[in-house]
Amino acid sequence: MNIVICIKQVPDTTDIRINPDDNTLIRAGVVSIINPFDMYAIEEGLRLRDRFEGKVTVVTMGPPQAEAALREAISLGCDQGVLLSDRAFAGSDTLATSYALAMGIKKLGDIDVIICGKQAIDGDTAQVGPGISVWLDMPQATYVKKIEEVKEAKGKKTFRLERMVEEGHEILEIPLPCVLTVVKEINEPRMPSLKGMMRAKKAEIIKWTAEDVKADEKKIGLNGSPTQVVKIFSPPSRVGGQVLHGDPEDVVTKLRELLKGEIN
Amino acid sequence: MDYLLSEEQIMVRDLARKIAQEKLKPMVKELEEKEEFPWAIMKMLADADLFGVYIDEKYGGMGAGVFELCLVTEELARICGGVAVSYAASALGTDPIILFGSEEQKKKFLPGLASGKRIGAFAVTEPNAGSDAGAIETTAKKDGEYYILNGLKHFITNGGDAEVYVIIALTDKSKGQRGSSAFIVEKGTPGFTFGKKEEKMGIRTSTTRELIFQDCKVPKANLLGKEGLGFIVTMKTFDQSRPGVAAQALGIAQGALDLAVEYSRQRVQFGKPISSFQGIQFMLADMATQVEAARGLVYSVARQIDSGNPKVAKESAMAKLFASDVAMKVATDAVQIYGGYGYMREYPIEKFMRDAKITQIYEGTNQIQRSIIATNLIKEALAASKKK
Repeated sequence: MNIVICIKQVPDTTDIRINPDDNTLIRAGVVSIINPFDMYAIEEGLRLRDRFEGKVTVVTMGPPQAEAALREAISLGCDQGVLLSDRAFAGSDTLATSYALAMGIKKLGDIDVIICGKQAIDGDTAQVGPGISVWLDMPQATYVKKIEEVKEAKGKKTFRLERMVEEGHEILEIPLPCVLTVVKEINEPRMPSLKGMMRAKKAEIIKWTAEDVKADEKKIGLNGSPTQVVKIFSPPSRVGGQVLHGDPEDVVTKLRELLKGEIN
Repeated sequence: MDYLLSEEQIMVRDLARKIAQEKLKPMVKELEEKEEFPWAIMKMLADADLFGVYIDEKYGGMGAGVFELCLVTEELARICGGVAVSYAASALGTDPIILFGSEEQKKKFLPGLASGKRIGAFAVTEPNAGSDAGAIETTAKKDGEYYILNGLKHFITNGGDAEVYVIIALTDKSKGQRGSSAFIVEKGTPGFTFGKKEEKMGIRTSTTRELIFQDCKVPKANLLGKEGLGFIVTMKTFDQSRPGVAAQALGIAQGALDLAVEYSRQRVQFGKPISSFQGIQFMLADMATQVEAARGLVYSVARQIDSGNPKVAKESAMAKLFASDVAMKVATDAVQIYGGYGYMREYPIEKFMRDAKITQIYEGTNQIQRSIIATNLIKEALAASKKK
C-alpha cells in the first residue's frame, strides 16, 4: 500500500506568546513540533503499512527548518520525507497549501491513501485535508476514528470506516485511493526508536520547489490565496468586577444607580 | 552541567526521558499498587531499542556502552526506581554473557536480550550467602552432557519474569569460592521453578523472587567460561554493573530533588512560598550539589569502563557507594521539605525514600563497597612501594 501522510510543523502551544505590539506570534525561542493531530495520521499510516506492506511517505510544506518534522516522522518509522519549500509558497492560505501539497503528492505517483490530522493546532481550520481531496479528485472522509476493515474485490480496495459526527458516528465505505483526516481516538501514537532516530539522522530528505512539482504560480502563495488576514488582535482581557459591600438595601440602590449609569 | 555528551548519547538520554516523562509517569501510581513486573513499560523500552544500547551491533544492539545504559537507567529512576531496576537488572543478567560467553552463547542469547524480547537476571544471593557470596550452597554436578543443579537462590530481581538467568553454583565444594561456576539457565528448563515473591519496602514496581533448582538439567554448553570461574564472573560482572545501580540511585536523587524544588515553590506558609526561606534554600542547595557530585562520579566511572580500562573495581564501588548514599540523603531531605504531606502515600515523594534505601544494600552493601575500595587502595599503595 502506497501511503502519504501530510504533516505540519507548528509552534508548541504550551509555549505560545503573542507580541502585544503587532499581535503576531513570537516565534523566537519557541519549540516547533509536529502538529499533534498529525501524529495520529502517522501512526495510522504505519499501522496500514505493517498490515499490508508498502511505503509511507511523509510530506510537508514549509520553510527549510520543517525538515526536522520530517526527520522526526522518519524516526517513528516513515520510509521517506518530502519537503515542499519555496519562497513562492510563502503566504499560502489553506487553498493554496492544499494545492501545493496535492501537486507534490501527484509527483509521487500512484497513491492508495492520503492521511492527515483532523486540523492543525495553530490555524484550526481543518481545511487542508479536504482541500487535497478536491485538487486530486479523490473521495474523502474526515474525522475518522477507526479503519474497521480493508476489503478487496477485483483488485480494488475499499475501507470500511467509522467517522465522528456531532451527534455520534457514521460508518461508511470509501474506495481507494482516498483522503482521510483522523481524530485522536483512532490510535495511540508510538514512541520513536533508537534505530529509527539513527536512520532519520542519515535520511536524505527530498526537497521540491514550486517548479519541481509543476505548481501553477497563480495558485500558490499570496497569489493563490483568496483568504486575507486583515487584522489579528488579542481580545481585551476582562478586568475584575466591582464588589459592593454593606447593607443589602444600600447595596441594591447603589447597584441600580451603577447599572443605570452603564446603560446611559 | 554540561557533560559533553555525544549526539548519540543525547539521543539515547532524550528518548529515555521522553518515555519516562510521557508514558511512565502517568502509570507509576498504579504500578506501585499492583507490585507486578512492569511489562507494558518494558515493551515500550524494547520497541525503542533501549534494551540493546550497551550490546554489540553484531548481536542486535546499538554498540554503545555502560555509559549509555546509565543514561537510560538514570532517566527511568528519575520517575520510578523500580522500573529502572527492572531494566538495569536485565543488563546485569546480560553482562556475564558479554564478558565471558563463547561466540555460540553470545549468538544464541544476546539478540533476544538486546531486543528486549527476553529479559535477563543474575542470581548469586542465597539465604545464607549475601555479602559473603562465597558461602553459596547451590550445587552443579556434572553428569555427561549436563550439569545437575540443586539449591535455592533468593532476592532475585526479575525472578520469574526474566527468561535468561545466569546462576552461580558450586561445581567443586572442596575449593570454596574457587569451586563455583556460572551457568546460563533458561526459564522453562525442567527442574527450575520459582518460589516466594517478595513484598518489599520499595522498588515495588519490580519483581523479586526465589529461584528453586531441583535436579535441574542444564546443558554443558551453557557453562560460562570454564569450571571454577564463578567467583571471577561475579566480581567482574559487578564491576561492570555497579555504575548501573549508581545511575539508578542518581536518578532517584534527581527525581526527589525535582519534586522538592517544585513543591517548595508551590507550598505557601507564613504568606510566602517556602522556597523563599533560607532554611529550605540551603537544603535544596546541598541536595543539588550532592546530586551533581554523584553524577560527575557515576559518569566518569562509566566512561572509564567504556574506554576499556580493566581496573575499575575501586572506582566502580565508589560510584555505587557515593550515589546511593546521596540518593538516601536527598530523598529523605525531600520528604522533609514536603513536611507532613511528604509522609502521605497520596504524594509522590515518600516512594523515592523507600526506593532509595535498596541502592545502599543490593549489588554489595555499602559496607562491602568500602571494603572493596580499601582493599584496592592498600593493594595500590603496596604496589607503589615495591616499585620504589
